[in-house]
Amino acid sequence: MANYFTDNPELEFHLHHPLMKRIVELRERGFADKDSYPEAPVDFEDAIENYKQVLSIVGDITANIVEPNSEAVDQEGPHLVDGRMHYASKTYENLEATRKAGLWGVSMPRRYGGLNMPITPYSMASEMMSEADAGFQNVWSLQDCVETLYAFGSEEQRQKYIPRVCAGETMSMDLTEPDAGSDLQRVMLKATYNAEEDQWYLNGVKRFITNGDSDIHLVLARSEEGTHDGRGLSMFIYDKRNGGVTVRHIENKLGIHGSPTCELVYKNAKAELCGQTRLGLIKYVMSLMNGARLGIGAQSVGLMQAAYNEGLAYARERAQFDKKIILFPAVYDMLSRMKAKIDAGRSILYMTSRYVDIYKTLEDIARERPLTAEERAEQKKYSRLADALTPITKGMTSEFANQNAYDAIQIHGGSGFIMEYKSQRLYRDARILSIYEGTTQLQVVAALRYITNGTYSKEIEELLASEVPSSLAGAKASLAKAAEELNASIEKVKSFGDQEVTDFLGRRLFQMTGMTLMGLLLLSDAARCEELFAGSARIFAGLAAETAAGHSAFIASFDPALLPDLRAE
Amino acid sequence: MNLRIIVLAKQVPDTRNVGKDAMTPEGTVNRAALPAIFNPDDMNALEQALRLKEQNPGTSVGILTMGPPRAAELIRQGLYRGADTGWLLTDRLFAGADTLATSYALATAIKKIGGADIIIGGRQAIDGDTAQVGPQVAQKLGLSQVTYAEEILDCKDGRLTIRRHIDGGTETVSAPMPCLITVNGTAAPCRPANAKLVMKFKRASCPSERVALPVKPGTPGRDDSYDYLYDSREWLNLTQWSVADIDGDPQQCGLAGSPTKVMAVQNIVFQAKESKSLSDSDADIEWLVKELRDEKIIG
Repeated sequence: MANYFTDNPELEFHLHHPLMKRIVELRERGFADKDSYPEAPVDFEDAIENYKQVLSIVGDITANIVEPNSEAVDQEGPHLVDGRMHYASKTYENLEATRKAGLWGVSMPRRYGGLNMPITPYSMASEMMSEADAGFQNVWSLQDCVETLYAFGSEEQRQKYIPRVCAGETMSMDLTEPDAGSDLQRVMLKATYNAEEDQWYLNGVKRFITNGDSDIHLVLARSEEGTHDGRGLSMFIYDKRNGGVTVRHIENKLGIHGSPTCELVYKNAKAELCGQTRLGLIKYVMSLMNGARLGIGAQSVGLMQAAYNEGLAYARERAQFDKKIILFPAVYDMLSRMKAKIDAGRSILYMTSRYVDIYKTLEDIARERPLTAEERAEQKKYSRLADALTPITKGMTSEFANQNAYDAIQIHGGSGFIMEYKSQRLYRDARILSIYEGTTQLQVVAALRYITNGTYSKEIEELLASEVPSSLAGAKASLAKAAEELNASIEKVKSFGDQEVTDFLGRRLFQMTGMTLMGLLLLSDAARCEELFAGSARIFAGLAAETAAGHSAFIASFDPALLPDLRAE
Repeated sequence: MNLRIIVLAKQVPDTRNVGKDAMTPEGTVNRAALPAIFNPDDMNALEQALRLKEQNPGTSVGILTMGPPRAAELIRQGLYRGADTGWLLTDRLFAGADTLATSYALATAIKKIGGADIIIGGRQAIDGDTAQVGPQVAQKLGLSQVTYAEEILDCKDGRLTIRRHIDGGTETVSAPMPCLITVNGTAAPCRPANAKLVMKFKRASCPSERVALPVKPGTPGRDDSYDYLYDSREWLNLTQWSVADIDGDPQQCGLAGSPTKVMAVQNIVFQAKESKSLSDSDADIEWLVKELRDEKIIG
């Protein structure tokens, strides 16, 4: 039987990264749960075995239930019935399987009914869900909204809502509105407090809400009358059981048909304030979005793998000019780049996940006891690294997913353009990845600060300092050269001393950084396991060198005087 | 209603995924080349049992299986999905059993367990394809039996309402408990393993299985680093019974208790002809009788 976990040994490799020891130690608080919860691990090896077992269940469900359902889900899509969203019929089967398997509240503490698993194996599960059906991955992985409720909600709210999520109730984050997309400061949905009833009420419209008819919503709303910016926004919990929200419209989208995108009308909907007023956007949504961006990274890598599977299978089967097309250099050029992007994507996705694990768990421990000075330093270090790596992970992998989907169709030739083949769905599904949860352009903006302040350069320098086997020396040299060109380009851009120029050239710096950093992370994985990664590491180092050479040439010859002519008024 | 349910399960070679090494040159199954799996129809039976458990709080579901120590995997697979307990019948004296000896062993074990309200198993195993064990167990225990079940629709007042698969359709029957049910492969597939239950029971094993565990590379003897858990965590200890443990008669078990002797196995190619559907009209019946007489099937 197919199993997306055991079929991709690269996943298990990342589960055995040296940092996992620290992550498990922190997560399990010295294995304190072992005598009160029969499912709790007794030591580090036992915890890793638990993760493997759970991921194997995910691998089974995704390969044998979710993927086989994906075509029907894509064709049927969700329905609007009397103000309610109904999923495509097979989506209910997928949901039931994940509930029976207990794959909800994966990262929540055991006392609320969760599995207390770190973000790293959770991201792996997320990747597999997406490999099976990127649309369903949204529905399932929106459970990580509960992280925000856990972090900022009251104990009463935690006890009320988290066990329900662990039992399989779905979630959504209701942020965007017709006039507030990328610019969330413009959110207008109104929250009014009735002092007599000690009750908040929500009124207004939300648009483009993924899984918008969920059971438990986190809602960004304007609680401070008369304000117009982010500081007047607060976060609320809306419980569908209380009513007051209807679905007015379900978007007809290019892809991810398994993921309903809803327009919601709030009419005097009762809601609970989550955390403090005014911190909704500036603190809570920022936390929510970082988690969501990592989720898109996992979704992107899963889709990249699915596209590769399709391309590879077709190239092995299809013969032209009396030989299998996989034997033609032009075809295996595409396939080797696709695979290298998947492996590099995983290297950065799981590195970022591990950084998030360490800093978030320390953040959680800080709610129980004061951290030691070392722990505080550790928390700060990994928090900064996670913040820096998240936009690269999201931005790069989502673009790669589009590239892999494009190549999968290209390998299929004319058949790829026919709706009967799965590649066309992957192509449509991939398109949203570089748009939602912050477009690639916004990821560039988020990363630029770290590009110019040297955060990435320092990481790159540290990675370049480590030894690699002689078989990978060539790859390392290519990456070292790419790093030099990147640094020169950063200096060149800085020398203009003009923010508009920096923004204009940002995409190029971002790609150079992404390629070099990912190449080095993949190289370090290849150094630990040549068998799995050496081939990809070499190919990817070449791609990084190619990108660096091209972009640095563009930047070196760039004339800022051109900008006024390029602005289309 | 607190039901006591026993699921009969068999570990079988995965004959649905047959590679080129699946058969020995002698024409017998090469078990080493095929992964051992939970018999598919028995998984359907387990699902029906687990649904009854969900609908009737307080119900217990136990997995009863006979086989070598590694067949304890079936009990774990059951526990991973929500079963409460299990019994492995393992003993050299059970080996080589035909359906008669198997049903004797299972029926004797069920008596030892103290009976059950519902005994449920798959219609047949994919290795033997006899579909005899379930009905024989019912016969030996003097129970009503419902075969080819697709869904247990209702359970109340000591009776079960069951939809059965029949040729060209289904029929719904009612049976008093205790009873034995065999479940058809067209029934609902079994639910996936549950994350928490897998974490809880992943080291559950029976004593003979622990002795047989593979040796951990680089360490003397097998990996016993988690042996200390078996004292404090009773749920990790699976029940293992020998012929003597169930007060069985060795003469009725295993090879000794099996009148069936396989003389030879031949490869054959089915010469399938077109089938014909007949109605209950006089003309059709007359045609059938003539056909059977012409083919010398009836004299």
